[in-house]
Amino acid sequence: MNFDSKISFWLNDEIIELEKLKSDQTLLDFLRLEKTLRGTKEGCAEGDCGACTVLVGRLKNGKLRYQAVNACISFVASLHGTHIVTIEHLKSDQGLHPIQQAMVEHHGSQCGFCTPGFVMSLYAMWMENADPTTTEIEEALQGNLCRCTGYQPIVKAARNIVKFGSLEQDFLVKERQQNIDRLQALQNDSPIAIESDGDKIFVPKTKAQLAEIYVAHPDATLVAGATDVGLWVTKFMRPITPSIFLTALRDFDAVQEKDGQLIINGGVTYTDLLPLIDEKLTQLSAYWRRIGGAQVRNMGTIGGNIANGSPIGETPPALIALGATITLQKGEETRQLPLEKFFIEYRKQDRAPGEFLAQIQVPLPKPEAHFAAYKISKRRDEDISAVAAAFHLETDGNKIGSLRIAYGGMAGVPKRADNVEAALNGQPLTRDTFENALDAFDQDFTPMTDMRASAAYRQQVAKNLLLRFYDEYFGEAESLDTLRQAALVEVN
Amino acid sequence: MSQKQSALGPKPHESAHKHVAGAADYLDDINEPAGTLHAYIGLSTIASGTIENIDFTDVLSHPNVLGVLTASDIPGENDVSPTGLHDDPIFADKEVLFLGQPVFAVIATHRDAARRAAKKAKISYQEKSAILDIRAAEKAGGEFVTAPLTLKNGDVKQAMAKAPLRLKGEMEIGGQDHFYLEGHIAMAIPGEDDTVKVISSTQHPSEVQHMVAHALGAHQHAVNVEVRRMGGGFGGKETQASLFACVAAIAAKKYKRAVKIRPDRDDDMVMTGKRHDFLATYEVGFDESGKIHALDADFAARCGFSADLSGPVTDRALFHADNCYFLENVELRSRPLKTNTVSNTAFRGFGGPQGLLGGERVIEEIAYKLGKDPLEVRRANFYGPTTGNKTPYHQIVDDNIIAQVVDELEESSDYQARRQKVLAFNKTHKNLKRGIALTPVKFGISFTATWYNQAGALVHIYKDGSILLNHGGTEMGQGLYSKVAQVLADELQVDPKRVKVSATRTDKVPNTSATAASSGTDLNGMAAADAARQLEARLVRFAADKFQIEEADVKFGYEHLDCSGKQVPFEELIAAAYMERVHLSAAGFYKTPDIHWNRETGRGTPFYYYAYGAAVSEVVIDTLTGEYFVDRVDLLHDVGNSINEAIDLGQVEGGFIQGMGWLTTEELWFSDKGELKTHAPSTYKIPLASDRPRHFITKLVTWSKNEKRTIKRSKAVGEPPFMLAVSVLEALSMAVASVDDYKTCPRLDAPATPERILMAVERLKGQR
Repeated sequence: MNFDSKISFWLNDEIIELEKLKSDQTLLDFLRLEKTLRGTKEGCAEGDCGACTVLVGRLKNGKLRYQAVNACISFVASLHGTHIVTIEHLKSDQGLHPIQQAMVEHHGSQCGFCTPGFVMSLYAMWMENADPTTTEIEEALQGNLCRCTGYQPIVKAARNIVKFGSLEQDFLVKERQQNIDRLQALQNDSPIAIESDGDKIFVPKTKAQLAEIYVAHPDATLVAGATDVGLWVTKFMRPITPSIFLTALRDFDAVQEKDGQLIINGGVTYTDLLPLIDEKLTQLSAYWRRIGGAQVRNMGTIGGNIANGSPIGETPPALIALGATITLQKGEETRQLPLEKFFIEYRKQDRAPGEFLAQIQVPLPKPEAHFAAYKISKRRDEDISAVAAAFHLETDGNKIGSLRIAYGGMAGVPKRADNVEAALNGQPLTRDTFENALDAFDQDFTPMTDMRASAAYRQQVAKNLLLRFYDEYFGEAESLDTLRQAALVEVN
Repeated sequence: MSQKQSALGPKPHESAHKHVAGAADYLDDINEPAGTLHAYIGLSTIASGTIENIDFTDVLSHPNVLGVLTASDIPGENDVSPTGLHDDPIFADKEVLFLGQPVFAVIATHRDAARRAAKKAKISYQEKSAILDIRAAEKAGGEFVTAPLTLKNGDVKQAMAKAPLRLKGEMEIGGQDHFYLEGHIAMAIPGEDDTVKVISSTQHPSEVQHMVAHALGAHQHAVNVEVRRMGGGFGGKETQASLFACVAAIAAKKYKRAVKIRPDRDDDMVMTGKRHDFLATYEVGFDESGKIHALDADFAARCGFSADLSGPVTDRALFHADNCYFLENVELRSRPLKTNTVSNTAFRGFGGPQGLLGGERVIEEIAYKLGKDPLEVRRANFYGPTTGNKTPYHQIVDDNIIAQVVDELEESSDYQARRQKVLAFNKTHKNLKRGIALTPVKFGISFTATWYNQAGALVHIYKDGSILLNHGGTEMGQGLYSKVAQVLADELQVDPKRVKVSATRTDKVPNTSATAASSGTDLNGMAAADAARQLEARLVRFAADKFQIEEADVKFGYEHLDCSGKQVPFEELIAAAYMERVHLSAAGFYKTPDIHWNRETGRGTPFYYYAYGAAVSEVVIDTLTGEYFVDRVDLLHDVGNSINEAIDLGQVEGGFIQGMGWLTTEELWFSDKGELKTHAPSTYKIPLASDRPRHFITKLVTWSKNEKRTIKRSKAVGEPPFMLAVSVLEALSMAVASVDDYKTCPRLDAPATPERILMAVERLKGQR
C-alpha cells in the first residue's frame, strides 16, 4: 500500500496541512492552543455542553453539508478533506451574522460563555432549515447547555433569525462552490499514514485498506465518531496510538433499504440514518432523537455504539428487538451473527483482533406488527438511559404470536428478557397476561444501583414499561409524548 | 429648557455583541505572558484519614514538570477560610477531610503535562471512617462546623399544645452544583518585591486579594486582583475562587513566572463546594381554616468538612422558612453539620430556597390534611398589611405586596379554571396525571453580614468626553456592568456609548464586598450615582463660574449642560473644565441605611426591603415511569422600577429554570466511599432548552416601585426568582397525590427525579 503522509483540511479560510500529528490531538486544543482561535470554548471536554461547537463541512455525493460537532472530542486526524468553520469566521455585510444579530436583539446571552456554541448550533440548523419551529430549535439545541438564560430568549432569537438576514445572502451559501472545489481537491483514494514521536495514525480511504491495515495492526484503536474514544483521551488520558480513523472511508457511511431490511454500513452516524427511520421506522423516530444531542448524533456511529459494548447501549435494545444481525470483517473474511450474540458479558464482545464491524442489517417490522422503544433517563434529552427497552409484538389472532423484548441498563450487556417473553408468547393478548408476566422480570434481571438510578427503580420501571407498551397499543390512547407535543405553544 | 433622556430601559447586555462573536475574553482567552507555567491540583482519593506518605517520583519524572507544591511550600498561612475560622486549608497537610480534597499541585510548562502528572502521585493513607450525609452526622452526635442559630417568636410550646390540629413530617432537600459554563481558573503574574497580579474568575476579588496576601505572607497592598467577566458564577465563585488564585500566586512567586491554573470540569465539580442539601423536620399546629398556630422546625444542613459560608447560609434558610406567612408562634433552629464531603458554599438564594421550600412543604401538608387547595392555606397565612406582620427574626414586613401579586397572577394564569380541568383530567386518565400549583416568594434583600452592605465606584471623565466606569461589583452574566453603566449615563445625562466599563480591580476600588446576595446593582449602582453627583456638582460650579450665573440655573440635559438657556455640548464642557483644572475623577461610595442584625438575640432588621413574586406551574406525570414534563408556567415577579427590563426578565426566566433544575433533574450522587459520581454534564443533568415549560409566560409587576430609596427605586433580582420554581415541585406533588385521591401529601423529596416520582406513586398506591 502506498500512503500519503499528511492530513489536509480547511480551517475557515486557511488550508491546514499536517505531517506531524498525534493521534490524541483534539480539534479544540488545536484551535485554542495552536491557532489562537479562542472563540470556541471548553466547557466540559466530554461532548455534553456544546460550548466548543464548530461546523464540519463534508463532501458527500458531490454535495457539501455542514454539521455541528463538539470540537473537544473531535480528533484532528479525523478531519481530512473537511472544512472546519469556527465562530471567528461568521460574518455578513452588516458586520454581525444574522444569527448573531438575532441573539443580541433577543438578549440570548448573559454570561456569554456558552454563546459561541449556541450560535454555531443554530447556524448548522439554519442552513438546513431557515424557518424552524420551536420543536426543531429544541432538537438543534439538545447538545448545548446554558446556565443563565433559561433558553427562552435563545429560542426566541432562533425563531426570528429570518428577520435579520436571508439564507441566500449567507456567506457559506455564497461561497459554497469555492469550498466544494477546495475539498474536491483534497479527495483521493490513497490511505494516509503519519508517524511522529512513536505515535501512529492511519486514515484508510476504502474498506479494503481498513481491513488490511487493521490485520497488520490489530492493537490499533478504531476511531469512528469519537463520541466514546474522545473521552478515553480527554477524561481518562489513555493513549490511543496506533490509531485508525474511519471518517474518511469512502461509502462507509452508506445506508439503504433493501428487501425489507435497513442495510447500515459500519460508519453510518445517527444523523445519517434518521431520514430512513423517519420514512420506514417511525416508531423509532422519537427515540432516535433522544440519543445524545445534535452534535453527538452527527459524530457518533451506530457501528461504534454497538462495537464498544456499552451495557446500556442506546441502540442495541431496539435493534435486538427488531432481530438485527451484524457483519464482522477480518481481512477479506466476513461472518454474520445475530446482534444479541455479539454481547458476551460486561465490556466483552465477540470480536477477534483485527476484526471490525462492517455492516448492520435491521429487518423492518411487518406492517401489522407492534413495535416501540422507550428510554428512561433523568433528563429527557441528551442523557444516557438508566433503562432502555424495546418491544416487538406480532399477534396471532387474539393471542401473542411472538414478542421480542430487549433491555439496556438492566444487566452487564443489552439483553433479551427471555423469561418474560416465555411467559407471554402464545398467551391471550390482555392486560392480565401482561401483568401476570411481570414476576418473570426477577428471573431475567438483577440490575445495579448507580448514579443514574437505583436497582429498585430500574426493576420497577422495566416492568412498568411492559405495561406501558400494552396500554399504548391496546389501552389508554394518550402517551406522555403526545400530550407533550400537544402542549407546546410556539415561541414568537 | 434642558431636555433629559433616560438611559434606562431594555438595552442589550454591554458585551452581547462580543459574546455572540466569540470575542468576549474570558480568563483562558487572555494572551499568556511569555514563559507562563501551568499548575494542576492533585486530589485525595479517600474521604477521611491521615496522609502517611506521598511519593512524587513519577510526578517529577513526567516530561515538562518543574516541581510540586505542598502545604510546606506555602510561605504564609495554609488557609482560605472566608470567615477566619482557619478550617479551610489550601492543601491537606496531614489530615484528609473529604474525597477530592486538594493535597498538592504540579507545576509544569504545559497544562496537559501538569494534569497528567498530577494523577501519578502515590499517596498512602491511614483511613478513618467517614461521615457522608446528614443522617450519618446526626447519628454520630451532630458536630457543627459553625454555631447554629435559633429564631423565636411567641410561645411555640403552648400554642402547639392548644392547636386544634397537629402534624409532623420531614423533607430531604438535595444540593446543587453551580455548573457555571466557565470553570474555575486563575492566573498569577509575579511583580517586583512582594507584589503579584492575579487575574481570577471570582465574584469576590477583595477576598481573593486577602487570601492571596495571607497565603504569601504579604500585605494586601501587594496583591492586585482583576476580573473582567466570568462565564457564570451563581455563588460558586464567591469563596471558591480563592483556592485556585492562591495556588497560582504561590507558584508564581516561587518560580518567578506567570502561572495559570484551570482544573478540568470533573475536578472542578469534585473539589469545589455546592448548594447545601438539607433535612427539614417540622411539627406544625393549625386549625380547620388552615391557619398556622405554631411551627417548630429544624433545618439540618450537610455543610461538608469546613464552615466556609455555612453559617450565613443556614441562617438565611431560617430567615426564609416563613416565606410570606405570619408565624405567630415559631421556633426555627439551624443545624450546620460537619461531614466528610466537600465544603458547601454560596449558591443563588444562599440557603433561602431550602428554608422556603421546607416552609412551603408545611403549607402543602396542611392543605392535604384538610383537603384544601394549598393556595387557600397560603392565603390564610399571608402576612398582614398592618398587623400579623412580624417575622420570626422580629423585622416588620412593611412593604408587603404578596396578596396583590398572587391575585393578579391567579387571574392572568386562569388558575382556578385550570385547576378544575386538572382535577377532571385526573379522573379520566389512568396512567397520566396532571398537577398545578401556585406558590409565592418573598425574599429579603441585604447581606445579613451588615458590614458587607457597602460599595465603591471610581469614575473618570477623560478630556475627549469619554468616561471610564469602575466599581466593586463583578460581571458574571447578570448584567451588572450594563445596569450600572446605564445608571451612570442616566445620572450624567450622556449617551451610554460614552461609558466604558472596565474590569473590576482591587487597586481601583478597595475593600469591596462579594457580588452576591442579589445586591450588585443596589450597592454599586448607588456608588456610581454618588460619583456622578460629585462630578455633576463640580461641573455645575465650574459652569456657574464660567458663565457668571447661579448654580441653580445650571441644569444637566442630555449630552449637554443648560446654562440659563445656553446649551453647552458635553464634550465642549469637559474640554473647558479640564483647561480650568476641574477634577474630572470621582470615587463614589454607598452603604445601605437602616439595617441591623443581632445574631445573639436572633432579632433585628437584617433586610432593607423584600422582593416578591409568584408562579403557577402545571405538569403532567406518567405514573408508570415517573417521567414528566412541565406543561405551562406563568411567572409574575416584582423588580420595583426596572433599570433594564430585558436583563431583569432574563434573571427571572433564567433563575426559574435554574431553580427547576435544582428541584427536578439535578442530582448529586455520592458513592458509599464519599466519591461524587455526578461530576460532569454526562452524569449531572441541568435543564436543556427542551425542558422549558411548553408554554412559558413571564411578566414583571408593572405597578411596583421600591418603597425604599434604592437606585432608581428598583429591586434586586438575582436570587428571588430562583424560588418561583417551587411551584414545579408542588405541581408534581399534586400529580402524584392524585393516585390516592389527594388524601395524602406525597412528601416528595427534592430533586424530584423520575425515580422519586415513581417511588412516591408506588408508595401512595400501596396505601390505597
